[in-house]
Amino acid sequence: MSRKTYRQAVSEALRHEMRRDLRVVIMGEDVSGGLGAPGEQDAWGGPQGVTKGLMPEFGRGRVLDTPISESAFIGAAAGAAATGLRPVAELMFVDFMGVCFDQIFNQAAKFRYMFGGRAVTPLVIRTQYGAGLRAASQHSQSLYPIFTHIPGLKVVLPSSAYEAKGLLIQAIRDDDPVVFFEHKALYDDEEEVPDEAYTIPFGEANLTREGSDATIVAFGRMVKFANQVADSLEQDGIGCTVIDPRTTSPLDSDAILDSVAETGRLVVVDEASPRCNMATDIAALVAEHAFGALKAPVRMITPPHTPVPFAPELEDAYIPSPARIEEAVRGVLAAKR
Amino acid sequence: MQLSRDQLLRAYRDMATIRAFEERVHVEFAAGVLPGFVHLYAGEEASAVGVCMNLGDGDVIASTHRGHGHCIAKGCDVKAMMKELYGSVEGLCRGKGGSMHIADLSRGMLGANGIVGGGPPLICGAALSAKVMKTGGVAVAFVGDGGSNQGTTLESFNLARVWELPAVFVIEDNGYAESTASSWAVGGDQLKRAEGFGLPARRVDGHDFFDVHDAAGEAITRARSGGGPSLLHVVLDRYYSHFEGDAGTYRGPGEVDRLRAEKDCLKRFRKRVIESALLGKDQVDTIDREVAALIETSVREARTAAKPSAADVLTDVYLSY
Ligand SMILES: Cc1ncc(C[n+]2csc(CCOP(=O)(O)OP(=O)(O)O)c2C)c(N)n1
Ligand SMILES: [Mg+2]
Repeated sequence: MSRKTYRQAVSEALRHEMRRDLRVVIMGEDVSGGLGAPGEQDAWGGPQGVTKGLMPEFGRGRVLDTPISESAFIGAAAGAAATGLRPVAELMFVDFMGVCFDQIFNQAAKFRYMFGGRAVTPLVIRTQYGAGLRAASQHSQSLYPIFTHIPGLKVVLPSSAYEAKGLLIQAIRDDDPVVFFEHKALYDDEEEVPDEAYTIPFGEANLTREGSDATIVAFGRMVKFANQVADSLEQDGIGCTVIDPRTTSPLDSDAILDSVAETGRLVVVDEASPRCNMATDIAALVAEHAFGALKAPVRMITPPHTPVPFAPELEDAYIPSPARIEEAVRGVLAAKR
Repeated sequence: MQLSRDQLLRAYRDMATIRAFEERVHVEFAAGVLPGFVHLYAGEEASAVGVCMNLGDGDVIASTHRGHGHCIAKGCDVKAMMKELYGSVEGLCRGKGGSMHIADLSRGMLGANGIVGGGPPLICGAALSAKVMKTGGVAVAFVGDGGSNQGTTLESFNLARVWELPAVFVIEDNGYAESTASSWAVGGDQLKRAEGFGLPARRVDGHDFFDVHDAAGEAITRARSGGGPSLLHVVLDRYYSHFEGDAGTYRGPGEVDRLRAEKDCLKRFRKRVIESALLGKDQVDTIDREVAALIETSVREARTAAKPSAADVLTDVYLSY
C-alpha cells in the first residue's frame, strides 16, 4: 500500500495484467511515442504519460503505437479481441469516438449476440473524458451515456485512484467489451492504493458516505464533489449517502433503490449533457420502482444543454459545482409532500 | 509566377505576423496566462501564406489544431484572434472556441479543428457549394502528415475526384504527428497515394514561399477552371513541440536550433527579395517593426478585454429552440 495518483493506478493495472497474461496488448496514438523519431523512444506514454515505461518492459510487439487512424486501430482491437488477444486500446479523448464509433457499437458490442453467443470480445477501450481543462468543445465531453445506451458494451467510470486500478484490472479480465472512462481532471489525485493486483466487480456500487437524510448518486469526478458536499452538510447535522455506481452498465439499481427507500430524497449528479443521460436514467428508475418512497421530487444536477465552452468563466459555469449540489440537497430536504 | 511589389510586401507581412504571433503566444503561455491547448505554427509560415495568397474572400479553407497561421494568412483579424486565445467575449469566437476552434466564416476560414481529419470532408462540402452555386470559389483543406492517415482524409480524396470538386488538399508534413515520425506512420508516398485516387500531386519545399506559392497557384487555378481536385505535399518543419507543454524529447539533439538557423522561410524570403532587389531592406525592416507593434497591441488589448459572463454559456447553441 502506498499513495499513488490516478495516473499511476491506471498504469499499474496495465503493468500487472501485461505481466500476468501475454495476450494483453496495448495500442493507441503515442502510447509509447518517438517511433521513427531521432530522439527519445517511449517519449510520451500517451497524452497523460499513463503508458510510459510499458514499451521498454514489454516491447513494441505488445505496446503498439498507431497512425492517427482510430477507425482502423479501434476496429483492429475489436477484431483481435474476437480472435484471441485481449487488447487495451486507447482512444485519446472520447470526443474522437466520432471517427471510429461504428467499430465499437456495430461491431465489438454486437458480436456475441449476433453470433448466437459463439463469440467473446475481451476488448478494453480506455478514454479520457470530462471538462475542466479549458480544452473546449471537442476535447471535454462526457459521452458515457451514449455508450451506456448500447447493449453489449460495459461502461466504467473510476472516481479515484483506488477505483481506477481495481476496475481496470477487472475490465481487462472481463470477456465483454468495456469502455473505461478516465476523467482528465483526476489524473493527479492521490490516495492509498495497494501495490498488488486486485479487482473491483462491475455492477456493485460503492457507498462513499452513509447517512439517512438524502441520497446523492454521482459519477466519475462528480463523486469527489458529492463527497465534499456530504462532508460539509455533515457539519450541519445532515447525513447523506453518496453512491458511486462505478459502472453505468451494468448498473447497481438495488443500491440506489435501497438507499432511496431509506432516505426518500434523491439528488443525481451527472457531468454528461442533461438529455438522455445517467441522471434521467436514474430518475426514471426511481420513479418506476420507488415512487412511493419519495418525499421530494428528484433533483438532477447536470451541465446545461450546450457544448462545453472554452473560456474559463464559461467552463466554470458549465460544470456542476459542489455549491449547486449542496443547494439541491438542501432543496430536497426542504420539500414538503 | 511573377509577384508584384505589393504582393511581396503582403507575403512578408503575413509570414512575419504569423511568426511574431506564435513567438509571443509561446511566451504568454509559458507565463501561465493562456488557458487551454495551444499548438504553434512557427516555422511553417510559407505554407499557409503561399497557399492563401492565391485565394480570395470567396474561397474557403479548413484548418487543423495548428490553426493560427492559416487564420492569419486567410485574413482573420489578429487582435480578435489574440482575444480569443485569452478567452475574451471580444474574441473571434466570443471566447467559446479558443485556439483549437478559431474561425471566421466571413473570411472563408472554416475553422481550426480539434479533430484530426475533420477538415477534408468539410472542404468537399465547401467545394460542392462553390460548384453548385457557380461562385467560382475554391476550397482548400490543410491536413497534417498525421491527419493524412485518417480515413476521412482518404475518403475525401476519392469524393472530391468522383464529384469533380474544386478542392485542393494541402498535406503539411512537418515530420511528426505528436511524437511519432511521419516517416514511420505514413505508409507509401504521399504523391503516389494521391495519384492512386486520381489526384494530380506535387511535392514542394515548405521553407520556400515561392515554391509553395507557385505550386498552390497551379492547383488552385486548375480547380477554379473546372479541372478538379489535386494535392500538394508540403515538406516543412515546426519549431515548437507538438503543443505548449510538450517537452519534445523525441526530437534529435540540436534539431530545433539547426532548423531555426538553416530552415527559416522568413530568412530565406528576406534574402531572396533583398538580394534580387525586389524589395528594399528598409521596407522589410519597416514591416518587422509594424508587426511587432501590432502583436504588442494585440496582447495588451487581449489582457484587459472583457470576459464572458456565465449567462453566455447558454447562447448560440441553436438559432431558435
Ligand atoms: C481524431 C483525432 N485523433 C487524435 C487527436 C489527437 N491529436 C491532436 S493533434 C495530433 C497529431 C497531428 O499530427 P499532424 O496531423 O501531423 O499535425 P501536426 O500536429 O504535425 O501539425 C493528434 C494525434 C485528435 N485531435 N483527433
Ligand atoms: Mg505533423
